[in-house]
Amino acid sequence: MVDFYGRTFESRLLLGTARYPSPEALGQAVARSGAQIVTVSLRRESAAGAKAGQAFWELVKALSVTVLPNTAGCHSVREAVTTARMAREVFGTPWIKLEVIGDDVTLQPDPFALVEATRALVAEGFEVFPYMTDDLVLAEKLVEAGCRVLMPWGAPIGTGRGLNNPYALRLLRKHFPGITLVVDAGIGAPSHAAAAMEMGYDAILINTAVATAGDPPTMAEAFAEAIRAGRRAHEAGLMEPTDLATASTPTFGAPFSPFAG
Amino acid sequence: MRIRLNGELIDTTAEDLAALIEDRGFDVSVVATALNGEFVPRTLRAETKLAEGDAVEVLRPMQGG
Repeated sequence: MVDFYGRTFESRLLLGTARYPSPEALGQAVARSGAQIVTVSLRRESAAGAKAGQAFWELVKALSVTVLPNTAGCHSVREAVTTARMAREVFGTPWIKLEVIGDDVTLQPDPFALVEATRALVAEGFEVFPYMTDDLVLAEKLVEAGCRVLMPWGAPIGTGRGLNNPYALRLLRKHFPGITLVVDAGIGAPSHAAAAMEMGYDAILINTAVATAGDPPTMAEAFAEAIRAGRRAHEAGLMEPTDLATASTPTFGAPFSPFAG
Repeated sequence: MRIRLNGELIDTTAEDLAALIEDRGFDVSVVATALNGEFVPRTLRAETKLAEGDAVEVLRPMQGG
């Protein structure tokens, strides 16, 4: 079970809801993967007035999953804090995936704004899931600010490059044994997700790699299996790699040996 | 009066935020509102007066990653 601010979940896969070829594909991907948490966002309603928001929200409600609203697209503390407050009203949850973008090319989160926005939101009772770089000191500041969940990137959003800096990710895991750690962004293949889980990460957040797959529901299931395998391997205790070979078959009694035994 | 609604200049006769939401046919139950960058809770929309040049944001649930 994985713990997010006192709520426990069986599934360690968090699924984004964007970029699917159809609402049906999204629904099937959630069902086949067993994901219990999905990310959602808030966007402008068309100024002409419309009720398009209702359809998507009805679909998500029908999935019977927990929603994690994001502040995607925010570039400042003020925008992110306002968006979080709006999300809390619409989705009725204190959870917020806090994104404050600092660079438009890499969509790298702005670490300074992230800490400031986190402090403001925690003071208002929000439970913050910060989308962050893999910087150790930033992680310290976020935990000091009240985060019990951290979500470092594997690679920039939507790139599918996997774990760009496994060293930094390992360091975070070692440094924060009691914090729920989620790799968020950049995961492209189930093997990337499994690698993060083997390191001891608690969960993985995936969107693009599932949504843009040839068959999103099947890919969602593949990710769920990889995440389970990686978790189980971590729990079982992985061997330490060594430089020199060690025969796995017993050497005693080997045939054609000039020695007895 | 002329205000900016979700980035678009519009003319409206609505005097407060609740009336604007109503006039524009937004779904009251699923939208969140902000006035000039500050969140306005649903319960305060009726008492939130609009003025010439105000910037209103009306957001709804959307797919997200």
